[in-house]
Amino acid sequence: MTNTGSNAKPMPSADATVKLIPKPFWLLAEVTYRCPLHCAFCYNPTDYVEHTQNELSTEQWISVLREARKMGALQLGISGGEPLLRDDIEEIVAEAGRLGYYSNLITSGVGLTEKRLAEFKRGGLDHIQLSMHDITKEINNFITDTNTFDLKKKVAGMIKDYGYPMVLNVVIHRYNIEHLGEILEMADAIGADYVELANTQYYGWSLLNRSQLMPTREQLVKAEAVTNEFRARVGSRMKIYFVVPDYYADRPKKCMNGWGEVFMIVTADGTVLPCHSARSLPNMEFPNIRNGASLEWTWNESPAFTKYRGDDWMKEPCRSCPEKEKDLGGCRCQTFLLTGDAEGADPVCSLSPHHDIILQAIEDAKNPLLASQPILFRNDKNSKLIAEGALKELVAPFHSLP
Amino acid sequence: MSDKIRSEDVFGLARFYRFQWEEAQNGYVLLFPEGMVKLNGGAGEVVKRLDGAKTVGQIVDELKQAFPDALEIENDIYAMLELAHDKYWIERKTNA
Ligand code: SF4
Ligand code: SF4
Repeated sequence: MTNTGSNAKPMPSADATVKLIPKPFWLLAEVTYRCPLHCAFCYNPTDYVEHTQNELSTEQWISVLREARKMGALQLGISGGEPLLRDDIEEIVAEAGRLGYYSNLITSGVGLTEKRLAEFKRGGLDHIQLSMHDITKEINNFITDTNTFDLKKKVAGMIKDYGYPMVLNVVIHRYNIEHLGEILEMADAIGADYVELANTQYYGWSLLNRSQLMPTREQLVKAEAVTNEFRARVGSRMKIYFVVPDYYADRPKKCMNGWGEVFMIVTADGTVLPCHSARSLPNMEFPNIRNGASLEWTWNESPAFTKYRGDDWMKEPCRSCPEKEKDLGGCRCQTFLLTGDAEGADPVCSLSPHHDIILQAIEDAKNPLLASQPILFRNDKNSKLIAEGALKELVAPFHSLP
Repeated sequence: MSDKIRSEDVFGLARFYRFQWEEAQNGYVLLFPEGMVKLNGGAGEVVKRLDGAKTVGQIVDELKQAFPDALEIENDIYAMLELAHDKYWIERKTNA
């Protein structure tokens, strides 16, 4: 995002120091945690089964959209889980259109029909982001030209026929990074306009599967080279974004563009969060709209949203760091999950006293014994086990439930 | 990428971009899949007129009439269009 004014910092005024509270430009509606897929890198909370029985109603979503729009929200992301498992997405989209949102549906394409697409178009949905999931199967299918690839191709064709840009999102991990060339060929073959190659971030299920999913540095370097070659070849026909994995950087990312600065996430059960994985933080109570919390109060005043907004909460080494505005100390959730101290520097940072945790994780991914452990797929059965406190050894290395 | 903008060129918004007045921002914004840009007053007036039919020359005339006191308006408009084109916010529409 550029020029949005969303990076507004506390600004000294003439008489007193008045803090400008940023606006929630981006509303993310995680409308359901249900999903027909079982991705090993899923960023949904590992105990998501706890939140699938009490989803917000259509009316509740509509009032969320209205209230957030009044507060200045402009971009709307509808995601999940698989949002298309709800049969009221048409109504939600139509309301978003009436309110003037720029809206985006993030889907695996499972359940997308011509009829629904027509309804989305009529309602004013602005774009659709198609995620490629079981990529190995799809590549195989692509090469051998069989069913699932055909299905993706059909969905992609339908999206394009309705005048939508073809935005493709591919999560990259050890099992597909060597196939990046084929992935890009496939993206081109289905007519993608934008491709986001998102390296796995380690939250939720992907954190549990980290040793199995993390690529090596060599793989990563190669992948970037392949991407650059491809870019040079296709030119402006296809825009390719390569999102580097933060474990291999020596500075953390500016998580969510700052806590409570731009993004407001409303989850399936009505909990309002500044970041997808914020529930993993200790001593925090996140407002829930089913308990009558207003979004206005939640965003502007709730302890949860004000706690890590700006940089007052920082301690060393971040507090006196000349780079602190660049990354705001990185991700609070990652920091707590990995170090047990939510206010420290993100361990990805080479200045963090806990940076060795990241280096160790990179080593672990090279350890054939750890790397060959079975992957824990995201599904209801595993989620139940985790919620009940089974699978302790998997969760033990982390300071709360990923 | 920066090729010269000519007065007979016709521009429209790039595909998938949306342009709208935003009360909360008190200004015009451009919206697109990866984000948004807030346009300043002058830029907003220019982009508002890019309807895929008017030429750059016609838009310059219109703006000169609408803002008779603005100096250097022609240069500003060209500079703005160049920037917008470099950033892929706008694209050339087929013209004679
Ligand atoms: S990452 Fe996979 S399993 Fe998780 S919500 Fe998305 S499609 Fe479903
Ligand atoms: S010390 Fe803190 S503020 Fe400085 S670069 Fe590292 S994480 Fe960012």
